[in-house]
Amino acid sequence: MEIPYIVKERADTGLTNVKLGIWLFLASEVMLFGALFSSYVLLRLMATDWPEGSAVLNVPMGTFNTVVLITSSVTMVMAYASLKMDNLSGFKKYMAATIGLSLLFMVVKGFEYSHEFDIGNFPATSTYLAIYFTMTGLHALHIIGGVVVNTYFLFPGSKMWVTNKQQFINRIEAAGLYWHFVDLVWIFLFPLLYLT
Amino acid sequence: MSENVQAHIKLYKKIGGALMVLTVVTVLASFIPLGVALGVVLALIIATVKGSLVATYFMHLIDERKSIHWVLLLTVFFFIVLIFIPILGYLDHTGKSMTVPNANAPVAEETTH
Repeated sequence: MEIPYIVKERADTGLTNVKLGIWLFLASEVMLFGALFSSYVLLRLMATDWPEGSAVLNVPMGTFNTVVLITSSVTMVMAYASLKMDNLSGFKKYMAATIGLSLLFMVVKGFEYSHEFDIGNFPATSTYLAIYFTMTGLHALHIIGGVVVNTYFLFPGSKMWVTNKQQFINRIEAAGLYWHFVDLVWIFLFPLLYLT
Repeated sequence: MSENVQAHIKLYKKIGGALMVLTVVTVLASFIPLGVALGVVLALIIATVKGSLVATYFMHLIDERKSIHWVLLLTVFFFIVLIFIPILGYLDHTGKSMTVPNANAPVAEETTH
């Protein structure tokens, strides 16, 4: 059975099911991260001792990763714009850059984590570190998920460009919305965990 | 259509630049000795500006359909509820002795009846 309204917009919503689906998914993601932000507020307000993030974490590395993630958001939106201009090779170039930047983010995060473990900072060490590892860990899982999906669209998934151009553009738009959301979460995580 | 996309690309690059500048601003702002509470508020204000730029332009909310805006409005409402639950818990004074603000007020209402 074919899923309806993946290319044509529904008359009542004015949307394709792809668009509505990804936004509903992102709404549920807001609640998932929202619960953790809420926990962060509770833990921080109740804590008798809360370190300044910059005293524990490496701010230059965190800033570098913020720049990397914002750049990946720009390349992602450029990949989508390339498809809108009928330019598949441009799409591939920008999508490869997005994946490369995502992996760079993970490598930097890996260095940060391994440094924390080396100096004996584990999730069980303090409440601050517990929420730090939980939030950045969940965020990192989202990065990995994005890399898997984007890699699929760069290689085998891009065959759809020949068979159903509009459906492929819609898929990349949905993947892009997810990716920008992951960037958006980091925009809040960075100052809350590293700087304040 | 291609010209329209070209205009969008220019805008995307400008937004990307603005986000980079605001990232530097966030880091610099953390050096201002404001104390924890004001420091967090300032950091959140800058983060909200950055997040709004991402949502408005990269996620195309500026020219998105009304039905998406409604879904997001509902999400924002529940998100606010979620964030305020622990704050309500924090403000809860159960188990602590407290002075009722009008404890010493004259019992005017009872005498006038």
